[in-house]
Amino acid sequence: MKKPIERLYNGIIKENPTFVLMLGMCPTLAVTTSAINGLGMGLSTCAVLIMSNLIISLLRKIIPDRVRMPAYIVIVASLVTVVDLLMQAYVRGLYAALGLYIPLIVVNCIILGRAESYASKNPPLSSLFDGLGMGVGFTLALTAIGLIRELIGKGTVFGINVMPGFYEPVSIMIMAPGAFFVLAALCAVRNAVMQKRNKPLPEKYCNGCCASCMDDSCTIGKREDKEE
Amino acid sequence: MKTLNVSISPHIRSSKTTSKVMLDVIIAMSPAMIFGYFYFGWYALLISVLSVSSCVLTEFVYEKLMKLPVTIGDLSAVVTGLVLAMCLYSTAPWWIPVVGGVFAILVVKLIFGGIGQNIMNPALTARCFLLLSFSRIMTTYPTLTDAVSSATPLSLAAQGQPVSYAEMFLGTHSGSIGETSAIAILIGAAYLLIRRVISPRIPLCVIGSTVAFVALFTLMKGETVTLNYLAVHLTGGGLLAGAVFMATDYTTSPVTSWGRIIYGITIGLITAVIRCFGGSFEGISFAIITANLLTPIIEKLTYPKPLGTYGRKAEKK
Repeated sequence: MKKPIERLYNGIIKENPTFVLMLGMCPTLAVTTSAINGLGMGLSTCAVLIMSNLIISLLRKIIPDRVRMPAYIVIVASLVTVVDLLMQAYVRGLYAALGLYIPLIVVNCIILGRAESYASKNPPLSSLFDGLGMGVGFTLALTAIGLIRELIGKGTVFGINVMPGFYEPVSIMIMAPGAFFVLAALCAVRNAVMQKRNKPLPEKYCNGCCASCMDDSCTIGKREDKEE
Repeated sequence: MKTLNVSISPHIRSSKTTSKVMLDVIIAMSPAMIFGYFYFGWYALLISVLSVSSCVLTEFVYEKLMKLPVTIGDLSAVVTGLVLAMCLYSTAPWWIPVVGGVFAILVVKLIFGGIGQNIMNPALTARCFLLLSFSRIMTTYPTLTDAVSSATPLSLAAQGQPVSYAEMFLGTHSGSIGETSAIAILIGAAYLLIRRVISPRIPLCVIGSTVAFVALFTLMKGETVTLNYLAVHLTGGGLLAGAVFMATDYTTSPVTSWGRIIYGITIGLITAVIRCFGGSFEGISFAIITANLLTPIIEKLTYPKPLGTYGRKAEKK
């Protein structure tokens, strides 16, 4: 049981598709205007990812190497069509909000990336958990981005008003720039946390930014007259 | 025998430091700002105090928290705060300059590495951030008790109404705190030019090309261009202040002579496009930050050839 847990940790934290691998940026930036949109997009991608990883892993010995890409696309496209029709039938509001991005899951780099780099080389169970880990990591990332953008940009969380009455919504956060702000901030936070856990920063470092000091204590480019 | 000290360049250092340049900019901005305080009242002063203190405090707290050398002494944060206050309306609630200051310093300047490393003008980016975020608040012009109309000259001109020349020159009309008075801005510009803090290329290109392109586009739309209409575009909005104090920011404008001309004309073109075809009367701040982003490309294209390389190239051919 060690492998599945390792796969989950890998997908959610170590190689988070959004914050580390920087894959699937198009839906990440475009649909995260609210927490529910982020969650919906994440879950539908997650469902497709788990199933595609499982099927591709099962078929990995049958699919010829030379036509693997078209084969993967056919599998992923069939699964996306299923998800697309199911969402159209049962969650009309969310389907309308996500629009074109649901069919576009077919070309999501995370799905093809995992198929190519993991599922095509590994047994079904760990591939399934790899898909689950990646999918949950993607869902968490999208929901977090959507939550923060919705909270600052509209003052609501999952559509419920939580901010006090005098709060003026920062509407830039639900426009395109807001997606970049939140994504960058969350990436920075994740990197800072992981860096602190792995190794401490050197005590004093100067970044090579000479505009900030340029005083006599600087040693960059200074000739050391110690030879004599 | 006297020992000779061998060191690498620079061998001569100018007494011109960042803080001295920034102090010159503050002095140059003061006529326009003081006029704004007298004309729009004490609340305009409060806005600039809040804006400046928010900028300086953000820089101080961030550098303390990140254990970096504290650079508030170079006065650049003060200039950012003043420029931000300059292009706000005096109707803004108190938290607008505070939020703008934090955004300008933290997001636009410090995250990119502090002074000299930012890719866009911090104050103007903060203004655009505020404009996009709180568009209703940011477009409420101050209503003046002694003024005939509370609309800005640019919005009047858009409706086809004439504006008095004296009003525009002195600045006794509605508008941003430090942008209304043409004479006060020109005094500041003269000071900066005499002190050689800025070169005349960028301001002249920005102003000239904006007026020229506005005239061209208005003619293209089939409307008549009157002298009064052009004068309104020249002095009625943020063009003068933008060209003198904001487009000339060292970090975000090109250093090459031809680059400065291209940069200035780019700003003029974008401003005129926004003013003539866009939904907003103003366009200078968006134009400047767009041109800021083009600065590295402009510099690369206009990089001067070192002396002597012409001949060698000719020989190779």
